[in-house]
Amino acid sequence: MPGPKFRAGLRLMSGNEAMAEAALYAGCRFFAGYPITPSTEIAEVLALRLPQVGGFFLQMEDEIASMAAVLGASLAGAKSMTATSGPGFSLKQENIGYGCIAEIPCVVVDVQRGGPSTGMPTKPMQSDIMQARWGTHGDHPIIALYPDSVEEAFWETIRAFNLAERYRTPVILLSDEVVGHMRERMFLPKLATVSVYNRRKPRREPDRYVPYEGGTQDVPTMAAFGTGYRYHVTGLFHDRTGFPTNDPAIIETELRRLHRKIERGYNEIVKWEEFFLDDAEEVIVAFGCTARSARAAVKRLRSRDRKVGLFRLKTIWPFPDRAIRQIARRAQTKQFLVPEMNNGQILGEVQRVVAGKCAVDGLQRLDTEMITPRQIMRALRES
Amino acid sequence: MAFDYEKYLRVDHLPHIWCPGCGHGIIFKALLRAIDSLKLEKDDVMLVSGIGCASRLPGYADFNTLHTTHGRALPFAIGAKVINPKLNVIITSGDGDAVAIGGNHFIHTCRRNVDMTLIIFNNSIYGMTGGQVSPTTPFGAFAATTPYGNLSYHLDFLKLAEGAEATFIARATSYHVKLLEQVIREAIAHKGFSVVEVMEDCPTAYGRRNKFRSAVDMMRVWKDKCVMVDQFRQLSPEEQQGKIPIGIFRQVQRWEFVDELHRIAELAQQAPEGE
Repeated sequence: MPGPKFRAGLRLMSGNEAMAEAALYAGCRFFAGYPITPSTEIAEVLALRLPQVGGFFLQMEDEIASMAAVLGASLAGAKSMTATSGPGFSLKQENIGYGCIAEIPCVVVDVQRGGPSTGMPTKPMQSDIMQARWGTHGDHPIIALYPDSVEEAFWETIRAFNLAERYRTPVILLSDEVVGHMRERMFLPKLATVSVYNRRKPRREPDRYVPYEGGTQDVPTMAAFGTGYRYHVTGLFHDRTGFPTNDPAIIETELRRLHRKIERGYNEIVKWEEFFLDDAEEVIVAFGCTARSARAAVKRLRSRDRKVGLFRLKTIWPFPDRAIRQIARRAQTKQFLVPEMNNGQILGEVQRVVAGKCAVDGLQRLDTEMITPRQIMRALRES
Repeated sequence: MAFDYEKYLRVDHLPHIWCPGCGHGIIFKALLRAIDSLKLEKDDVMLVSGIGCASRLPGYADFNTLHTTHGRALPFAIGAKVINPKLNVIITSGDGDAVAIGGNHFIHTCRRNVDMTLIIFNNSIYGMTGGQVSPTTPFGAFAATTPYGNLSYHLDFLKLAEGAEATFIARATSYHVKLLEQVIREAIAHKGFSVVEVMEDCPTAYGRRNKFRSAVDMMRVWKDKCVMVDQFRQLSPEEQQGKIPIGIFRQVQRWEFVDELHRIAELAQQAPEGE
């Protein structure tokens, strides 16, 4: 790998630029995309940078083709990525489902803007949370990460690739217009210091390769097309050999394995940040750009001796059920507050997990303006 | 000596799903003979398809095989071809898959000139879903969703391919089997994007709704109406009426997309450091 193409050091970068650069560190060598605000800088950076590290950039004819090309490239052995925003994320969904069932590693960035439909391209919302979970049809598992700063956008992009490769699944990397476009200091690491996971290749000879045999971890090994392993990949229900089946028992077994491989990885996949949580009576659950306001609100209230803490989601899906349930069970926990720039998509999840053990309130803003620290402080006072 | 098809088949996965009288098997056999005559290694061949009857073909063939989503075989195939250019990528697609839901990808893959071969199994109907009207169903013809006759004119997608500057354009039929094999062979050997239309029949979903008594009756149309393209071009416009040109319509050389992408990557890696 041409090391000098990665220059460590301090930079001023946007979240979008950090994601693009991080993809290269993670080993991404293929990007296919379509222009859409506010994610386009990711494509623009990679159009320039990918060839410099021996990779390939394609602007496709539409969002659907972009997602398809990413899956095709991954099947041929390349770490692959696409980036989009709401309307494009909608268009990609069928092929994201294909990636789930055919178990094709890839990273799909969704820099959220206002929606539904064309909505507001140049301003943030956080309303694709449930689309990231359930956007494609069928009962599929998914991983979705959501950083809240430029530095974290960099590191979570690398983690997104590592999880995609580790679990053979599409990983949704959520962002929002604020995280994508704001500029912060970013210390780019030396390439050699970044830990990168590559998909496991089969050790068996081609004639003994079983493409969808989960093994002890429920994650099959993956041979690249054109390397002597002639096998079949389909979006139809298939058995361990990869060929279509309509045997009900095999269908259920294979679908359960898909879910189980992600459930097994819970501890590795599900990450969060705890900020002044140890003795918190009031717990804010926040993510993405809203978490930045929440952190400011916690600092101010702590200076006034209010026992407020922040539980910041870094992994959105799978949802951190266990961690939030533990906090809800603490004697001192009186209340949860979930501020979000949507109509309560994460609020419902927190209510489900807390299950009535303490109060759960929402704070929602649908006007494409960020929720301010003052609004969060007021919501805590009122409740 | 009889041709050994089993060498290229996944025999365990037969019988296939196609109906008696379907043209798909004829095209499949021509494809396998063409691949064999080009002496391609099985490991170096990748068959890609979308959804539909024709898209089930790759599952029966012992190559690298990818059965994708409806209409999207071409962009899946492009992704794989970019990463592994040594793959001989062949896409099998029906008329609905290739030029209705996949029409946009068809246009842009022609224009990009990606070194792959698209074989469109054109039976003028959606067969797998039970006979709904397709972009190539003739005007006035009956389908499950045009019980009063088709109100739209059929699409001659080879003209679309020409407009989009595809570098290899050909048409054959399931009746002209020698031509079919030859055309597919030349399409695969061509450096650039090759579009091959194969006109064929769906007696089950199309024929029985449109007064064809048998699959043989349907094939007789190709026998009677088809004219080699060189002869066709010498006919007057009046004489061309009711005739269908077959053969290789266009074969030109142009920059190939994947080669150029790789050339750019090599140059960019050598470039001195700079902003």
